[in-house]
Amino acid sequence: MSIKYTNDHEWISIDGDVATIGITAHALEQLGDLVFVEVPDAGRTVTRGDEAAVVESVKAASEVYAPVSGEVVAGNDAIADDPANVSGDPAGQGWFFKIKLSDPTQLDGLMDEDAYKAYVDGLD
Amino acid sequence: MTDQDQTEQHLLTTPLDSLHRALGAKMVPFAGYAMPVQYPAGILKEHLHTRTGASLFDVSHMGQALLMGENAVAAFETLVPGDYAGMAEGKTRYTVLLTDQGTIMDDLMATRIPGGLYVVVNAACKAQDFAHIEAGTRGQADLQILTDRALLALQGPKAGDVLAALAAETADMKFMNFREVTIGGTDCFVTRSGYTGEDGFEISVPAAQAEAFAKLLLDQPDVEPAGLGARDSLRLEAGLCLYGHDITTDTTPIEADIKWVINKRRRAEGGFPGADVILAQLENGTDRVRVGILPEGRAPAREGVEIQDLDGHPIGTVTSGGFGPSVGGPVAMGYVKTPFGADGTGVSLIVRGKPLAAKIVKMPFTRKSYKT
Repeated sequence: MSIKYTNDHEWISIDGDVATIGITAHALEQLGDLVFVEVPDAGRTVTRGDEAAVVESVKAASEVYAPVSGEVVAGNDAIADDPANVSGDPAGQGWFFKIKLSDPTQLDGLMDEDAYKAYVDGLD
Repeated sequence: MTDQDQTEQHLLTTPLDSLHRALGAKMVPFAGYAMPVQYPAGILKEHLHTRTGASLFDVSHMGQALLMGENAVAAFETLVPGDYAGMAEGKTRYTVLLTDQGTIMDDLMATRIPGGLYVVVNAACKAQDFAHIEAGTRGQADLQILTDRALLALQGPKAGDVLAALAAETADMKFMNFREVTIGGTDCFVTRSGYTGEDGFEISVPAAQAEAFAKLLLDQPDVEPAGLGARDSLRLEAGLCLYGHDITTDTTPIEADIKWVINKRRRAEGGFPGADVILAQLENGTDRVRVGILPEGRAPAREGVEIQDLDGHPIGTVTSGGFGPSVGGPVAMGYVKTPFGADGTGVSLIVRGKPLAAKIVKMPFTRKSYKT
């Protein structure tokens, strides 16, 4: 299983033709305490770049964009029910949604872990 | 996700800048200053601590000035609708600077002191406010801008005990009382007021002693630092207006439902900018009114969200909104057409294109606990 990252601070874990997507610890740190999360319903078709989920802190609302195109096969109701579930484990239990990839070549342009670390370091 | 990093170049700093950084604050640009939006505890904890303990806020970016001279009070009254002539020395009153159209240029606190007034205005408006006050009182009073003083807010149910332990003479101060007090060798202007809905104080201290004074307060039991993020969620729950959002040069005090700033004597006498407009609105009402809005679900409705009636017609706009940590859910305020302003009226909030159910409610969202 490989993990990729986007410039928008999402992680994408690939298992066969299904991508699990969440936000990185860096994103979480920037947002602060989460108070509201909305995830997409299964069955929705998304195109890369679409607003797929919403994450809100006390201060601001942000969108989580679909980093790849495909059909949503699951949204994580546990984080919609309690946004604190993202904070404890953003890279695991705090996943947002799963997409069945329609175009696996879209993964090619994404960063690996080292590239993402360098990208985040460059922001500070 | 968008990255919120912004340049900190060219920002002014307050006298507590190095203390904020030492405390691990996240600094953000606000009104031209680098300000702490939160400390490591985070906005939720800082907010909740302010409602149970005492929090220290740096509000040194705000503008402080003295307006001095025997005609200072009368001259000041030509700019605001508050009754300052009828107020005793040592008392503070909230008021607004008005345009000639009766709309709000800024909101501010003004205190009667021997020989004049001590005024505190919003950071983002201060240059414009002071120019306006100076021009409007020229020849009648002398405006002295206090650029060498910091301003700290100590807020929360334990603020009274904390300050009384350091300065016993603050113990009997009531809400909106002012006193000049020496605390730990520091000359302080202490006002029992704030912007959180809690009991507390705003304390003006010389800039050079600000850091030592802030550390003295932070060393007291129950006192924790809190940033601008918590300050905003606290004032929102308390139903207090944020200038530039809930009140602007497009709104009058009557529309903003702060008609109590037009004090009785001034209602009778007029003599403030836009008095014709404001007195007519007091008599006849307004087309729209500021209200509290309680979304029924969990999604916050933020500034700019359209408010619709239950038939889908636009009736207003949210001017402040977010998550209320003490309420445990979203809270908002905004303007609606007056017929929809009654407590309990059902409305829809259009958030990300979808209507969310909400109700018009009375503010504050949390009980105020001032010392009266």
